[in-house]
Amino acid sequence: MSRIGTITRRAFLVSSAAIAGGVAFGYYRYRKPHANPLLDDLAEGEAALTPWVLIDAEKITLVTPHSDLGQGAVSMQAMLIAEELDLEFGQFETSPGVPSPAYYNTAMAGELAPFNAHDSSLQARAVRGGLGALGKFMGLQGTGGSSSVPDSFEKLRLAGAVARETLKQAASARSGINTTALKTEGGRVILPDGTQIPYQELAAEAAGIEPVGRVQLRDPSEWRLIGKEVQRLDILAKSTGTQVYGIDLEMDGMVHATVKTNPRQGGLLNSYDASAARQMRGVSEVLEVTGGVAVIADNTWRAFQAAEMVEFDWGPAPYPAEMAGHWEAVAASFTEERLDSEWRHDGDVDAALAEGNKFEAEYRAPYVAHAPLEPLNTLVLFENGRLDLWAAHQMPRFLQQIAAEIAGIGTEQVHFHQQYAGGSFGHRLEFENIRQAVEIALQMPGKPVKLTYSREEDFAHDFPRQIGMARGTGTVKDGRVESYDLQVATVSSTASQSVRMGQPTLGPDGQIAAGAWNQPFAVPNFRLRAYRVPELAPTSSWRSVGASSQGFFASAFLDELIHEAGADPLAERLRLCNHDVSRRVLEAVGEMSDWGSPLGAGRGRGLAFVDSFGVPVAEVVEVTATEDGIRIDKVFVAADVGTVVDPVNFDNHVKGAVVWGLGHAMNCEITYSDGMAEQANFFDHEGMRMHQCPEIFVRGLETAPKVRGIGEPPVPPAAPALAAAIFDATGTRLREMPFNKFVDFL
Amino acid sequence: MPLLWILRDELKIKSVKYGCGVAACGACTVHLDGEAVRSCQTFAGDVGTAEITTIEGLGTPESLHAVQAAWVEHQVAQCGYCQSGQILQAAALLSETPAPSDAEIDEAMSGNLCRCGTYPRIREAVKTAATRLQEV
Repeated sequence: MSRIGTITRRAFLVSSAAIAGGVAFGYYRYRKPHANPLLDDLAEGEAALTPWVLIDAEKITLVTPHSDLGQGAVSMQAMLIAEELDLEFGQFETSPGVPSPAYYNTAMAGELAPFNAHDSSLQARAVRGGLGALGKFMGLQGTGGSSSVPDSFEKLRLAGAVARETLKQAASARSGINTTALKTEGGRVILPDGTQIPYQELAAEAAGIEPVGRVQLRDPSEWRLIGKEVQRLDILAKSTGTQVYGIDLEMDGMVHATVKTNPRQGGLLNSYDASAARQMRGVSEVLEVTGGVAVIADNTWRAFQAAEMVEFDWGPAPYPAEMAGHWEAVAASFTEERLDSEWRHDGDVDAALAEGNKFEAEYRAPYVAHAPLEPLNTLVLFENGRLDLWAAHQMPRFLQQIAAEIAGIGTEQVHFHQQYAGGSFGHRLEFENIRQAVEIALQMPGKPVKLTYSREEDFAHDFPRQIGMARGTGTVKDGRVESYDLQVATVSSTASQSVRMGQPTLGPDGQIAAGAWNQPFAVPNFRLRAYRVPELAPTSSWRSVGASSQGFFASAFLDELIHEAGADPLAERLRLCNHDVSRRVLEAVGEMSDWGSPLGAGRGRGLAFVDSFGVPVAEVVEVTATEDGIRIDKVFVAADVGTVVDPVNFDNHVKGAVVWGLGHAMNCEITYSDGMAEQANFFDHEGMRMHQCPEIFVRGLETAPKVRGIGEPPVPPAAPALAAAIFDATGTRLREMPFNKFVDFL
Repeated sequence: MPLLWILRDELKIKSVKYGCGVAACGACTVHLDGEAVRSCQTFAGDVGTAEITTIEGLGTPESLHAVQAAWVEHQVAQCGYCQSGQILQAAALLSETPAPSDAEIDEAMSGNLCRCGTYPRIREAVKTAATRLQEV
């Protein structure tokens, strides 16, 4: 019998706060939409039919507030609007819009609810709804948690439909023909006699009409774009070097800046001597910023060179100087006092463990860097009390608030201009480059400054993935897994990040248990306890967040127990599986990989399953143990996201996530010595390069009831599937990442 | 000053990307007389009279080079930040080795890091481009 009642009481802290918020603001306020920000500076003859659709006599602009980090968010958002608005790709422009509460994320806050993503009970829905309301009150505009598709899927189709129906009303008012007799196609309203009126011609009239409130979404059978192979809007620019990123921006009179701050993250700057740097060619200023200095020069290179010449006396790190201290703190956190939450307890684990021969194993996951290829940067201009910032960022409204606070001006005086990002993986959820840019700009009013991090500064000041350990104890009986008791201890990247965001943290951190407690496997005695390690080095969300380490622990331990039981990894998971969608995913990957077929000498095959962000993903990895090391031959991936919105992007994304998951599990860690990250550039932390990249086969299932995002979910199963394959090929169990500490890879 | 920064900050050719500054990622790849080099580790004095080609010299959105056309066809890019370097690297490979094997593709392309993990599509695009170039 599940003990969910007792378990969720602690977890309920966060949700009752949300619900209290709902009561305070009242039902009406919750229902009332945020004001349309496009109405604030509408030009003559321009119509903002919804916050996402702007039409004037010249052009149609679709607003895509989810930031494009490389995941194709701009294209996806435009596709959803265009589907209902009857636009073809090429008939519109896109704009990231301005930060606004109208663009609050309907999916992100709800996912914080302490319930299994597939739990549709009244309680689960009530709490998710309460958190969703909180997201709305806070105007939580954000990109992350694989939430862009779930947030946008219905909302943006509705935005397209509202715009379409309003344009039909305008055409009806002009022609005197009832809207029911009007059609739309290819950016035009079509009258019964075949007359075509381009939307742009209707803009001025539509601007005077109250947008239509009741609209009907099209049946999936009528979709022209969703689920079809379309060319991403940014593909041509990104294949010709013409895509502009934040780092590429130029402005008249602009100067270049770089920063150097205490590499012992959060440590103080005791003193510095910039006299040599100031003498260098092209250097105009050396300014103080929090924890260090900024060097201003006439180009990026000279700023980098001069920053190296500044001599610093840095204060100590506010965390253990050496890794041993970090691991000790993690290992010491498996205590009642550090228990963050017991997320699941089925059966009677203590009684079951007392009966059988206990199998025990311990696992470790290191700090890992985000290191997007475009280093952090920001273009900034502070002039006449107005602050303009150009950067790529995942949380534009928090950015605006943080910048306003530092500058001592109102948020309405902070103008943020969202850019395409050269990757993020969670790094652009952070604000250090923004804070520093503002601090510099305040000292140089009227001067445009472009701050660019060196790669070394980007590594030194990354907030890596959480460090953690897990201890598993289990028993097997009659060829079956009988009990599964997993304790996970990690630092809370959520809390670390929230402090820097100026946001409170409430209740337990679900990410410490993510991908581990929510396994759809009905082991008769199953317990998952999450322990919160006190803050060590500051950490942040890293592509797939908690599940990136916890999915490894949970899957790897289950795999070991299945082996102890003498059972087949796929057959035993299928036997234990109590969730239909997950079972189909497992069956699919079994079929794709021809599971059970002979592989030959020196070869091995491993399976893992992790559910994260509501998406069940199963992966099979095939390896060959050669004389020179392990070669990964093939990876098979099955995932169910309900509806595959953009099949090309889905395929590319899954493959990229597998490369991300494997590459870091094999090759990467951030370690601290003397309080500083020892990895300074890609030669010490490169992820995966092409020669290690396997063939990857992808299948997207569409049976789940809810539409979900695929950016992160394929990451967590990659590491445990690889570990299982290596065990199958060599008999060596890998319980700690990165694996290259224990085996060689080709 | 490295060629990278002359191109980016002085000549304003922004397609050449800064990723690492130490020839570890390949984002800054350009051709010097047709050979792929890392511009972050190429000093102005080393260039001499060599012809420098950036991706703009391969093709434009209106007139794509075969490698770029293959990149568009396979929709390789995700964030796209590394792709100018990848395309220039691939173009140099194909001019030297018109029909590369998988191992030759891996060897030539492994200096170009893609953090998004677009390698499977890069492989396919290189093969498509090789076929197209041989048909010409």
